[in-house]
Amino acid sequence: MAGTAISPGYRAARWGYLAFCVAAFIFLIAPILVLVPLSFNAEPYFTFTEGMLRFDPDAWSLRWYRSIFDGDEWTRPLLNSLVIGISATVIATVLGAAAALGLAHPAMPGRRIVSALLISPMITPVIIAGVGMFFFYSSLGLAQTHLGIILAHAVFGAPFVVITVSATLAGFDWTVMRAAANLGANPLVAFRRVQLPLILPGVISGSLFAFAASFDELVIVLFMGGLEQRTLPRQMWSGIREEISPTLLAVATFLILFALLALSTVEWLRRRGEAAGEGAGSGRT
Amino acid sequence: MRSESEVVTPEDTSTRQQPVARPRWRRALGPRLRAAGLALPLVAFVVVTFAGPMVSLLTKSFHEPEIADALPETMAALRQWDGEGAPPDDVFAATAGEFVAARNERTLGRTANRVNRVVSGMRSVIMGGSRLMVEAAAEAEAAGVTTDGAFWRETMIGIDARWGTPEPWRALRDAGQRFTARHYLKALDFERGPEGGYVRQAEEWRIYVPLFWRTLKVSLGVTMLCLVVGYPIAHLIATSPPRRANVLLLLVLLPFWTSLLVRTTSWIVLLQNQGVVNDFLVAIGVIGDDGRLAMIYNMTGTFIAMTHVLLPFLVLPLYSVMRSIPPAYMSAAASLGATPLQALRRVYWPQTLPGVGAGCLLTFILAIGYYITPALVGGQSGQLISNMIAYHVQTSLNWGLAAALAALLLGGVTALYVVYDRLVGIDRIGLG
Repeated sequence: MAGTAISPGYRAARWGYLAFCVAAFIFLIAPILVLVPLSFNAEPYFTFTEGMLRFDPDAWSLRWYRSIFDGDEWTRPLLNSLVIGISATVIATVLGAAAALGLAHPAMPGRRIVSALLISPMITPVIIAGVGMFFFYSSLGLAQTHLGIILAHAVFGAPFVVITVSATLAGFDWTVMRAAANLGANPLVAFRRVQLPLILPGVISGSLFAFAASFDELVIVLFMGGLEQRTLPRQMWSGIREEISPTLLAVATFLILFALLALSTVEWLRRRGEAAGEGAGSGRT
Repeated sequence: MRSESEVVTPEDTSTRQQPVARPRWRRALGPRLRAAGLALPLVAFVVVTFAGPMVSLLTKSFHEPEIADALPETMAALRQWDGEGAPPDDVFAATAGEFVAARNERTLGRTANRVNRVVSGMRSVIMGGSRLMVEAAAEAEAAGVTTDGAFWRETMIGIDARWGTPEPWRALRDAGQRFTARHYLKALDFERGPEGGYVRQAEEWRIYVPLFWRTLKVSLGVTMLCLVVGYPIAHLIATSPPRRANVLLLLVLLPFWTSLLVRTTSWIVLLQNQGVVNDFLVAIGVIGDDGRLAMIYNMTGTFIAMTHVLLPFLVLPLYSVMRSIPPAYMSAAASLGATPLQALRRVYWPQTLPGVGAGCLLTFILAIGYYITPALVGGQSGQLISNMIAYHVQTSLNWGLAAALAALLLGGVTALYVVYDRLVGIDRIGLG
């Protein structure tokens, strides 16, 4: 908009727009960040005490962090979430990456319909999928088992891997594979030496997405999980509905840290990929 | 491009020199099979673990064999009945026999509940009657009386005169149908009339259709709110220099990656009666201590929290479209004499429409199926159709109705995806 004659009205609008954007960013971020200081509250309140505002050291404490590790109220759900999340991620990553390689191949038959099928678990409202899975898995005796939830989370996670790996293969020149074959590489060697390094960032991003999706998934766990399958979101759900304890805020702070970590990794991989593929037309869609 | 992935290992090189080594069909088929073979494991996995449940959901919405399986002889006998007056003796005998047996096996309660869902009031007719029927059967056995159809007709009508009328029999017959549209009818607020046909419920008794409407309205409202808040943000990120754009993008992505439960918790902490926002407003004197605002556990809470959760889903596709609009267009519009507002309305906005459409549709589809957030912050007035589905799965155990509601929702969402596919292409859903 450079070169516009700057009228006072335009200037006011410009400031209004910037103020609106600042407010919108505060709306996005502040609710998340406000939990962090509150988790250090010495009192069992969910608001800033006068002592906290005066930065009185006695008003701040780590007691809620210690209470995470008292008993197994939170440690067991954490363990469950990790077991379920990691298992689901392994399944989703292996199947998803292989499928993405197949889909990206120029000879893939029925690509459109196959990719629509593979993406469908991601875009179906979880409440609908959850009801269906509850009926189906119960009839197979898989309700209230770790396996049932792992399978459900894996099928929700796989589309993320398919999408991220497909993106890394978007501009892939398949003649390279023929060149590798002509130079004497068998398909496995050609894959490991040529394609794997290329898709690896996509595989890692996709598996992070899949893990985060499982780590945060609640509807399936609510419908299908028993006491033995209590995950972290399930425990937080009870915490919010039944007796809200500030320990919840301490757990939430850990989850925010996890989000930051996952986000930075994915962004770092994406930028590396963009830097490498500059000019090749690759990028986020 | 067709045959390039023919694999030639060193041993193969001799055959390579003779071009007739492989028939043409194999050369064409090999790569296709290999590509399909890579995709096959996930396809099979999705079919079993996801498509299976969807089929199961749809089946459950119109197939309910439980009552027919619990009372097979009754249903067989009722098939001979014309539906007028009291049924013949053998129906009484079959029904009494099955009621007494099921009562002794403690399975009758479940069946009575199911019948009661089809015709309300039937639970007490069945359960109250069967208790006396068990006693009558025992007495008859002790006295050596044969319990034939005539005996049961007399006994049952003696216990409850309603067994002499066609109504409970019609109820049993209707409830015993294996394939039924009644869950869908119920989900659309139809009720069974006295004659057995279905009529629309009186307006004040309708539950589901108004809830569908509310869900639709809330989803639309949240989508509009997301657009109003998200459009300027996406524009700011798209027009910022790269370094600043990256930082701003992270501010959008952090909520996207943060656990839904965490975000919902923070809204409770912020908005509740004794929460941060109310405390702040009281402290600066905007409201009195007794005038704390009710911002959560109602529709307001649902709106605020859902907008926050869904905003990134609108900003990210919008941003990617805006990023591809050359800034020169706006300069050109300005140099041709357009005011900034005109340039925005006539040049910029039309170019962002694909992003607006894609983002809004995605946000709307996500909103329409939202469950966790309304359940936690919606209170009584902020519940949506998904909460009702969960209620029927977990609490009322009326699974057929839950399945029908979910199937109707699925139908709506599928229709929207068809629109999305036409507009954007289903395989272009990005992750931001």
